[in-house]
Order: sequence, then C-alpha cells, then structure tokens
Amino acid sequence: MTETVFFYCFAALAVAGAILTVTMRNAVHCAISLIASLGGVAGLYLMLHAEFLFAVQIVLYIGGIMVLFLFVIMLVNLEAAARERQFHRSWVGGLLCAGGTGAMLAWFWLRGAGTLRLPPAVQPTPREGGNVESLAMVLFRDYLVPFELASLLLLVAIVGGVMMAKKRI
Amino acid sequence: MSVSSIPSAQEIVRFAPEIALSLGGTFVMLGEAGLKNGSRARLAVMAFLTLLAAAVLAVFVAADPGTAFSNLLVVDGFSTFFRVLVCAAGMLVVLISTNYLRVEGHDSGEYYALILFSVAGQCLMAASNELIMLFIGLECSSIASYVLAGYLRDDRRNNEAALKYFLLGSFASAFFLYGVAWLWGALGTTNLSEVRRLLLDPSAGVDATMTAAAAALLLVGLAFKVSAAPFQMWAPDVYQGAPAPVAAFLSVGPKAAAFAMFLRILMTAFVPARGQWEPVLWTVALATMVIGNFAALHQTNVKRLLAYSSIAHAGYILVALTAMSDTGAAAAMFYLAAYTFMNIGAFAVVTYVAGRGERHVELMDFSGLSRRSPAMAAVLSIFLLSLTGVPLTAGFFGKFYIFKAALDADLVWLAVLGLLNSAVAAYYYLRIIVMMYMHEPSAGAGALPSPGVGIRWALAASVAGTFVLGVAPSLVLDFATASAPLLR
Repeated sequence: MTETVFFYCFAALAVAGAILTVTMRNAVHCAISLIASLGGVAGLYLMLHAEFLFAVQIVLYIGGIMVLFLFVIMLVNLEAAARERQFHRSWVGGLLCAGGTGAMLAWFWLRGAGTLRLPPAVQPTPREGGNVESLAMVLFRDYLVPFELASLLLLVAIVGGVMMAKKRI
Repeated sequence: MSVSSIPSAQEIVRFAPEIALSLGGTFVMLGEAGLKNGSRARLAVMAFLTLLAAAVLAVFVAADPGTAFSNLLVVDGFSTFFRVLVCAAGMLVVLISTNYLRVEGHDSGEYYALILFSVAGQCLMAASNELIMLFIGLECSSIASYVLAGYLRDDRRNNEAALKYFLLGSFASAFFLYGVAWLWGALGTTNLSEVRRLLLDPSAGVDATMTAAAAALLLVGLAFKVSAAPFQMWAPDVYQGAPAPVAAFLSVGPKAAAFAMFLRILMTAFVPARGQWEPVLWTVALATMVIGNFAALHQTNVKRLLAYSSIAHAGYILVALTAMSDTGAAAAMFYLAAYTFMNIGAFAVVTYVAGRGERHVELMDFSGLSRRSPAMAAVLSIFLLSLTGVPLTAGFFGKFYIFKAALDADLVWLAVLGLLNSAVAAYYYLRIIVMMYMHEPSAGAGALPSPGVGIRWALAASVAGTFVLGVAPSLVLDFATASAPLLR
C-alpha cells in the first residue's frame, strides 16, 4: 500500500515536472522543473531497488548536468529570450493532437484489452553484491561492445560540438 | 548471453571495417593538428584510402560469415553488401568534396574525420543484429551528419540546415529509442532474432498491443531517417541549406544505412506480423512517392528539386519493402546501389556548376549548360535519365525489379500508382535537360572553370556505375538475391 502511494507520488512528480519544463516561460524555472522531474524518476529507481541508478541519477543528472544547464542559462541573455514569442504559442493545436492521440491509444487499448497480457511484474532478484554487481555484469560483459562504442559516439559529439562552437580551430 | 567476456580473435576480425574506419577518422583528426596548412590535401587522400581499406576488409571478412560478440553483430551477405555500399558512397563524396572545400576556403581534416565516423556508424547499422547496437550506429551516423550539414559555420543557410536537422533528428532518434524500450518491456529482449523467435512462438504469450505500439514507435524513427512521409519535411530544407557535397552524402550514405536497418528490423524481427505492417507501409510508400514527386514539380532550386526527388525515390524503395519478400529485399538493395551512383553523380555536377559560395543553384543557372560545358551537360543528362528510369541505365532495372517484386506480392495497385508516379517524375527531370540543351545561356554567365581531379574521377566512377548496373544488372542483383534470404 505504501509502495503504491509512493509510486504515484514519484510518477506525478516526474510527469508534472516534465510538463512544467516545456511550458514555463523563464528558462531558470524550466531548469528547476526539470530537476523535479529527474528527482521523481530517481525515486522510481529507488522503488525498483535499483540503488545504483538512483545514485547516478542524483549525482550525475541533478548534480552535474543540471548545474551545467544553469551555468549556460546564466550566460545567455534571458531578458531577450523571455520577451520573444515562445514556440508553444500553438498550444491549442498541440493539445488537440496530444488529446487525439491519447484517445486513440485508449480506444485501441480497451479494444485490445483481451489480448493485453502484461508480463507479471518481475521481482528483483537480489544477487550477491546486489544491484550494482548485476548492472556491472550486464554493462561490462553482455553489452561491453556497445558500451565501448558509446565512446566513439561521444568522440563524434565532442568533435562536432567544438567544430560548431569555435570560430578558428 | 555470452559465456566468456573476452571476444575471440575471429569476432574482432568480423568487426574489422568499423575498427579501420574509427582508427582512420582519429588519425585524420590528429593529422589535421600535426600537418602544416599546405599538406591538407593528404588528409583527403588518407580518408579515401581508409574508406577503400574498410570496403576491402568488409569483402575480406565476408569469407567467414557468422555472428560476433554474443550475437550482437552479424556478418552475412546483406551486411557486406551495405558495408561496401556506404564505403563506396563515402569515397565518392570525399572525391567531390576536395575541390569544393578548397574553393570555399574551409579545407580541414575534421570534415573528412566526420565523414569517416559517419560511415563507421553506417557500417555498424548494416551489420548489427541488436537494437542497442543499431541505435549507437544510427546516432554515430546522425550526429556526424548534423555537424556536416552545418560545416560552413558562417553561412546562414548552413546554420539553418544544421539546426533543423539536429532538432528534428534527435526527436526522431528519441522515438526510435522509446520504441526499443517498449519492445524490451513487451518481450524482454532487443535481439532481432530473439524477437522473431518470440513472435513465432505461440506459447511465449507475447502481448500484441504493446509489441504493436513498440513497432509503431520504431517506424516513426525509421521513417524519419529514410525521409518517408509524413516525416519528410526536414529533407528539402536540409539538402538545400547544407553544402552540396554534404547533401550528396546525406541523400545516399545515411539513407542507405537506414534502409539496411529498416530491412533488417522488418525482415528479421517482424515478418511474423506482416499482416499488420503491410497497410501501414503501403500508405507510407504511396504518400512518400506522391508528396516527393508533386512537390518537386514546382521547384526552381536544383538542390531542393533533388531533395524532393530523393524523397520520391525513398517512396519507390518503400514499395519494395511493402512486399516483405526476398525479391522485395533484393530489389531494394539493388535500387539503393543504383541510386548511390546516379544521385551522387547528379549532386557532383550541381556542386561543380554552383561555384564559389553556391551562387548558381537555380534552374536558370543550368540553361545553356551544353554550350558552356558540353561534357558536364552530357553526364548530368545521363544521371537524370537514370533517375527517370530510362532503359540502359541503372535506374531502369532498379524500378523494374521493385515493381516486379510488388506485383509478385499482389500489390497491383501500389505498383500501378508507383509507375504513374515515375511518369510524373519524368517531367521535372526532363525539364532540366531541356534547360541545358534548348535554352541560351543567361546573360552574364561566364565560362566555367575546368573541373578538379576529384570531381572528374567521381563523375567517371558514377557514370561507369550507372551504365554497368544498367547493362549488366545481374552483377549486383545476383549477390543481392543470394543474400536477401539470409535476413530471415
């Protein structure tokens, strides 16, 4: 029971934060809403006994990346950006699209309710060493090659970022 | 999953083309830092040789087909075909880029490094059998493409193209990744062969609704990457704004790799659900052809016209995909090979005529080209006729096999509508030829400089490719036909 209550609290935090992130006018408010959303997701990780992901979410996303976001926001001219008409001015159309898609999904969902067999919730199996070790096994053994290839992806992104930002390389 | 964590030497050899491309890209970047300004030309040569080496390695490792890294990667005829194809596209683009970059005064190693990284990603997309690997390959290829589209960073059109491509492209990638996550949630695997096994196994208790939702999300991402309707809006703006050699690259390399990925996901994983895919693909293919062809009719900018034409060609290839058969897959592979040569060739001529700062890209600039440069007018005519689908050129057999595959799969109406569409396409291709041969050069159009060595070689190779595939299609088609069933 308590778990269900906590789940809905964290889920509501994540969704509300995400909605506020894209609708707030002031960029700093957007960033703070994003922190709330990421915090909600971190809570969900904790409830799934993924302690390592929870810690990484807090330290990296909320701690590291969001601070960088705020730095960048402070470097750009906020006044000018706030005065400009925002891109969500066509929110009526957006709302219609989102509502329409949602209604369509709900309809299909109800129609296909007979075929809807969600796999039973997987009970976390505490291995020796717990969550961190099982994550390490997946990341560094089963998916070692994609993990290494991600470094190539990061290299491309860094080179690209420098090329776009620097006038003279 | 894997028993041992250390990959065997055999597995690493199967990964050799990607390793060669990544190393080559890194060395080109280091060379940029180390070499003096005068010797930049060597970087282009280095990039070209790396691509050649990767293509040779891809052929070499195909002698020993199989999987690698616990079934994450698969080397078969299909992956070899596309590895060689994207490397060839990369080589042609390097050739037409050398002179362009020198004229624009932006000759740098990073350009070639990004092309190499992008091709590495595309090779990975062709050879992966696992959605996470596919996604990493896709992102490698896409991020490099976003940067290349905005390569001339002081040019407004380049900026617009790069920003649009980046925002829309990352959105589409996110859709794809979300689809992967849903598939994992529904089936508990991201391996394509595993997905197929679960879908075929009635006792597995697969949730059809969630799998369908996952497939729909995957389709959005894939349709964006191949510029299929209704996700094609980015293509004209990006191709028009990006530097001409980059537009040539975007229209063949990433597109061919995205189709490889599309084919593998469709044919390996989702063939058991073909009844659900067919109406969706049917609609998308028809809409893509119609939108591409009819929008191209009114264009006056040649780069934009070629962008719409490339949307239309994606539509033809989707017709082959709709068939969801071995002949369909082979037809799509053949078409992509033919399209690579004829489209890069057409863009090479546009690059040449456009001149410094790409000032001459309007249709009017091509009027009387036959007087100003008869050879260029002749080769552009060959490429345009091939894009139209005239016999003796590669485009004819490409279309022939696609519509034959559609008829074999009882998609009579789609084949008929596709044929009508290619008749519409003839209008805007022939209009350029009429402009070149039957109009006077516009006043003030000076003599064109003699084309650089790179462009000459690229054009020679493209003309040769267009004719060889048009006269002896069996060279490529036999290989494609033999490797298409390997997808299953």
